[in-house]
Amino acid sequence: MPDDAPAALSNGGGIGASVRRKEDFRFLTGQGHFTDDLNRPGQTHAYLLRSPHAHARLDAIDTTRALAAPGVVAIFTGADLAAAGVGGLPCGWLITDKHGKPMVEPPHPVLAQGKVRHVGDPVAVVIAESRDEAQDAAELIDVSYGVLPAAVEATDAIKPGAAQLFDEAPANTCYEWEIGDKSAVDAAFAKAKLVAKLDLINNRLVANPMEPRAAIGEYDTGSGDYTLYTTSQNPHVIRLLMGAFVLHLPEHKLRVVAPDVGGGFGSKIYHYAEEAIVTWASAKVKRPVKWTSDRSEAFISDAQGRDHASHAELAMDENGKFLALRVDTVANMGAYLSTFAPAIPTILYATLLAGTYTTPAIHVAVRAVFTNTVPVDAYRGAGRPEATYLLERLVDVAARVAKLDPAEIRRRNFIPTDAYPYQTPVALQYDSGDYFKTLEMALKTADRDGFEARRADAATRGKLRGMGIATYIEACGIAPSAVAGALGARAGLYETAEVRVHPTGSVTLFTGTHSHGQGHETTMAQLVASGLGVSVDQVEVVHGDTSKIPFGMGTYGSRSLAVGGSAVMKAIDKVVAKGRKIAAHLLEAAEADVEFSDGTFRVSGTDRSKSFAEIAFTAYVPHNYPIDTVEPGLDETAFYDPKNFTYPSGAHVAEIEIDRETGVVEIVKFTAADDFGRIINPMIVEGQVHGGLAQGIGQALYESAIYDKDGQLLTGSFMDYCMPRAANLPMFDVATNVTLCTHNPLGVKGCGEAGAIGAPAAIMNAVADALSPLGDIRVDMPATAAKLWHIIQSHPATHIPAQAAE
Amino acid sequence: MYEFNYQAPASLADATKAIAAAEDGKLLAGGMTLVPTLKQRLARPSDLIDLGRIAELKAIKVDGGTVTIGAMATHAEVGASAAVQQAIPGLSWLASNIGDPAVRHRGTLGGSISNNDPAADYPAALLALGATIYTTKRQLSAADFFVGMFETALELDEIVTAVSFPIPEKAAYQKFRNPASRYAVVGVFVAKTGGGARVAVTGAGPSVFRVPAFEAALDRSFAAASLDGLTIDAGELNSDIHASADYRAHLVAVFAKRAVAEIS
Repeated sequence: MPDDAPAALSNGGGIGASVRRKEDFRFLTGQGHFTDDLNRPGQTHAYLLRSPHAHARLDAIDTTRALAAPGVVAIFTGADLAAAGVGGLPCGWLITDKHGKPMVEPPHPVLAQGKVRHVGDPVAVVIAESRDEAQDAAELIDVSYGVLPAAVEATDAIKPGAAQLFDEAPANTCYEWEIGDKSAVDAAFAKAKLVAKLDLINNRLVANPMEPRAAIGEYDTGSGDYTLYTTSQNPHVIRLLMGAFVLHLPEHKLRVVAPDVGGGFGSKIYHYAEEAIVTWASAKVKRPVKWTSDRSEAFISDAQGRDHASHAELAMDENGKFLALRVDTVANMGAYLSTFAPAIPTILYATLLAGTYTTPAIHVAVRAVFTNTVPVDAYRGAGRPEATYLLERLVDVAARVAKLDPAEIRRRNFIPTDAYPYQTPVALQYDSGDYFKTLEMALKTADRDGFEARRADAATRGKLRGMGIATYIEACGIAPSAVAGALGARAGLYETAEVRVHPTGSVTLFTGTHSHGQGHETTMAQLVASGLGVSVDQVEVVHGDTSKIPFGMGTYGSRSLAVGGSAVMKAIDKVVAKGRKIAAHLLEAAEADVEFSDGTFRVSGTDRSKSFAEIAFTAYVPHNYPIDTVEPGLDETAFYDPKNFTYPSGAHVAEIEIDRETGVVEIVKFTAADDFGRIINPMIVEGQVHGGLAQGIGQALYESAIYDKDGQLLTGSFMDYCMPRAANLPMFDVATNVTLCTHNPLGVKGCGEAGAIGAPAAIMNAVADALSPLGDIRVDMPATAAKLWHIIQSHPATHIPAQAAE
Repeated sequence: MYEFNYQAPASLADATKAIAAAEDGKLLAGGMTLVPTLKQRLARPSDLIDLGRIAELKAIKVDGGTVTIGAMATHAEVGASAAVQQAIPGLSWLASNIGDPAVRHRGTLGGSISNNDPAADYPAALLALGATIYTTKRQLSAADFFVGMFETALELDEIVTAVSFPIPEKAAYQKFRNPASRYAVVGVFVAKTGGGARVAVTGAGPSVFRVPAFEAALDRSFAAASLDGLTIDAGELNSDIHASADYRAHLVAVFAKRAVAEIS
């Protein structure tokens, strides 16, 4: 950190300070250490031959010519892995279907066996002296494919006559699952005065983190130890899944290191084939094996996101009060079950469909479907953006049906501020929130009152102007392990922290969470700074190496602070408790009379005190020490298992203009008012919101993974897959309201995904509002210029009443 | 990428010899299309003949009634040229808005027109301004040079050396960018010349083309309103996941009007 950029502010950089990110100096000066930056002595390079077909029989693979190519060290196929007893890639979540039967869970071989099921499915790996030689040789592998028809869209894949991916999955169905009281919902619809209906698609996305995936496997022939360096959000999860299920290696012989990771958005949670391949092959060739994805490869091998087709109906009384919600969703799983895929459209989606509302009866039916496409799994928000998008678009339809202002219909149905803890009809119990307050904050900042005048002005310029509101609730910090286990999780969901105080009072914090851009090295250090009264510069945060950190679950689902931070606070409590014993001894006082604040142990009501650094030194140099009752050293580990989810919430308001001539959408203004509970670092939170909004806007207006009928990805590069650019985004107006989480030590809720959850519905409600002079028109994401132009052309305004009908 | 022989001749004569002698040679200008193609192993030339060391191909000069730009002048150099800006502001704007800064500092005029990507910007300027293309063998009109999608009149061993643009009374370029790639979905270059109005369209069809009906209307009155109600036939236009032929046809009229409005 350069001298002119002190990390800490005047308050020591504790909780609530916008401490500059400690990690940014190395990132911004090109001194980060990412997996591809690492090169091991004697390293070889792997190239994966991938299927060019979406669905085909693997009739024969002939590697004879390739093996003779220059530089080739080894070539392995699925048959080699099967013969060696390598297992398939495991799924980490078991969904039990509506009949009480387990989901269909077909094998997911590391290298394809018998069939390939999506473009990009790995068929063989070539290991060579250089990456180019490996690729050259791969072109000499002769594969006989028996090309089969493909099933691409989930809604088509369940129809009779569709191509079948797996014999054990009739109609390509993984499970049919449901939640909620169907008879109560049916009864409510029977007496409803008003009903709003909606069909929509939640478009498939490619995660596209800036850093492509990479992995290096290394085998120590002397010790028999394996090391995997990988671009992962959760190295211990990878060690567990790969060690226990795929390679059958015990934990003490397998180290997984996830060094600096350049973005993940969920796509780096999962255990991927390439990790197992390089680890296994490193022992076969007795040299390190490195694989780095190129960008084109990432498009066909990184898990993708979203891809739901839904029908939803909302029953209301004559005043627009919600009586019941009915949702039917078909979720595309892709060709195989990725690590957490089955949980996304169920546990993390259907349970969120109460949203911010008191809807008393909800029933959700979900059908998960295999298709010949890249596997789908959690992507920033993971189920909650899909829930929010469906619900908030439906509520806007409901407002038109009930002839109510979109803000008013929301207020009429919000959970009252005195109703917490609030039990929803879809399993969750919200602990705190104030949806009225965030909505009012957002509407005021967005100048809702002045909107109609701005709309009229825009019309004179040939623009269709619209304003869209979305409120959201999300469930973060998943979850009590026992609850998650009952819902099908095959792992615990606690988090760990070790606070190691050094003899001079500086601290190393080992966390089981994993920063891949979130700024943990700063935020976590602020917790220690506040808890122990040391400067944030005196705290180093270590994560990402299973040989250093205690067993932790990594970072996803906005859990790092809510769960990981809670573990840090527990460990800090243990350090302080032990420090108090040492201080009592040195101060010749009763332990109960020693208090600790701002880095000082003091005998209550006296000026007798010892600094934290003095206590730390004494713990490691125990000359004058209560050695009979207190162990030397000051190094404490804690595990924290959450008591509930946390429930961040908020209101987002988008104001947009559509150019009638071209269909181009311009976001004029975007306001986000969020409730994340207590905020540790406001600057980092704002950055997280900005990033999330950019991704949410990307989904709404630009991004879409488009496959043709043969299963070829048409948007397989940035030439065709449109990412949001800075120029596409307005200056964001962001604000926060604080209601504390009631069940974790910090009162924090999580902020990493909120932007991506609220933004799509706010933008698309604004688009629908802008188009309302033309009629009540279905528009699915992304609302591209071409799509909107065609809509405008086919709905001449003169033929439709100015106000939207039902 | 596959291996190839790399050559960097210092003169046009050496470059001509090198390309003639190569078994399956490719000329490398800025490499904005060729290098990604090589990286994806979609081309396997025997030789790559880099024109970047040939100083004589980089000159930009304004002389009497023409602007002459060397084939290896980058888009950034053209865009930054005060002389070009003064003589043909529309051409200057076009060069300054190709791709992104990285592309503009590598990509060249000669490379762009020799590749004749249907979505490239420069071909519209050449055709609308009635430019002359100079090569190592001859000179050609823009109308004769651009033949079809990724196809020009160039022979395999023929190298573009410069393009001269007659200075029009006024000219403007407007385009609708592909939201992902930033190439022109539709780009319209409009020029008012001594010989009449000329309208050239890139992005919309397989190769750059003129719109005689628009030109005739503008000859009657050079104003955006002259184009009201005029459309072009979508039948021959490109259609892809980003824009249908109908949408492109519509955008041609919209951006032609916007270009005319800019200069009238």
